[in-house]
Amino acid sequence: MAKSLAKEFTKGIIKENPVLCLVLGTCPTLAVSTAAVNAIGMGIAATLVLVCSNAVISLLRKVIPDKVRIPAYITIIAGFVTIVQMLVKAYAPDIDKALGIYLPLIVVNCIILGRAEMFASKNNVLPSILDGLGMGVGFTAALLLMGCIREFFGAGSLFGIPITSGFMAPIIIFILPPGGFFVFGMLIALASKLANKEQPVESTGCASCPMAASCSKISEKEGAAK
Amino acid sequence: MIQNLVAIFLAAILTENYVLNQFLGICPFLGVSKKVNTALGMSIAVTFVMVLATAVTWPLYTYLLVPNKLEYLETIVFILVIAALVQLVETILKKYIPSLYNALGVYLPLITTNCAVLGVTMLVIERGQADATFGYVESLVNAFGAGIGFLVAMVLFAGVRERLELCDIPKSLRGLPITLVAASLVAVSFLGFQGLVDGLLG
Repeated sequence: MAKSLAKEFTKGIIKENPVLCLVLGTCPTLAVSTAAVNAIGMGIAATLVLVCSNAVISLLRKVIPDKVRIPAYITIIAGFVTIVQMLVKAYAPDIDKALGIYLPLIVVNCIILGRAEMFASKNNVLPSILDGLGMGVGFTAALLLMGCIREFFGAGSLFGIPITSGFMAPIIIFILPPGGFFVFGMLIALASKLANKEQPVESTGCASCPMAASCSKISEKEGAAK
Repeated sequence: MIQNLVAIFLAAILTENYVLNQFLGICPFLGVSKKVNTALGMSIAVTFVMVLATAVTWPLYTYLLVPNKLEYLETIVFILVIAALVQLVETILKKYIPSLYNALGVYLPLITTNCAVLGVTMLVIERGQADATFGYVESLVNAFGAGIGFLVAMVLFAGVRERLELCDIPKSLRGLPITLVAASLVAVSFLGFQGLVDGLLG
């Protein structure tokens, strides 16, 4: 029992890392990883929402009718996001300013809705909380890794402490949008190389996306057009 | 007035491009951009919902939430309004304009959880708070420009991707990594527009 619970926690960190392996939540990953501090702030905020919403959805999974489950999940998630937004505004106004619009946009982060649909709606409370925690830690770790790389090359510092100021000019493009896409692409390539996957990472984590059902219509249409 | 609106519209397309500069709506950008026609259909649906959502959420925020001091409910109200709106549009199109439904219908459910739509409705409110002259009309123009910017980015990128399929790519870069590198290069080209709008109309 304890072993399987530990597995629910650790799988999100490496094997099923939501960002690098499942490729979920790309928008905040690219947007807030310009500095390591922002990455940690975003990671903690998302983890908090993920754990709380997983717990509540798991508790309510027998009450929510199947047909309206997605709107119900979105409402629950939006409620927690609002709470987190108020907490961040009150206790960490600098982080609030740095994250800006991306803090309320946690609502539509597909990691959270994806875990609700894939895991919390089918499992008990304790595994759901651990799953949320593991996924949150994995998300934070990936964000932090990207944040460190982009801050180091793009601004020549780490956590705001200057490192390369004496001998290397910062490569500013790393903190601009193109650098985000580039570093993210390289990290995914590295992750798939390390995991030694036979199949290349095709597209975003469609299987874990709650909208996969409607999305498959698009691929069908594409298939028919061929 | 008109010059101002044109400036907002062009800025939303070129310098503040939602996909390539603000990282909103990356999932459909990477997921649905394999073919030019699907990219076009998806972005027209997104533009439509963006303008409609802004048209509804802006008055709701200004005339309902603000007078009642309920600004903190912004997130939860907006996402529910967008979800309901998308559902409504889908039902109406299915019943009355089936041809349009066949063209755009499949993309509509995907748009509910698209961060670009929620993002544009919130960003125009934010801009309105910072600048009192940024009212309802400006917000609508901004939303329309954001949608067209999404369309431009999607169609350009779909064109790039169709060419990528013929290339010989190193094994571990195949699939998503090379797509992201290509996106990075398209984003570099959009950096070139920096300052263009001010230079043209300023």
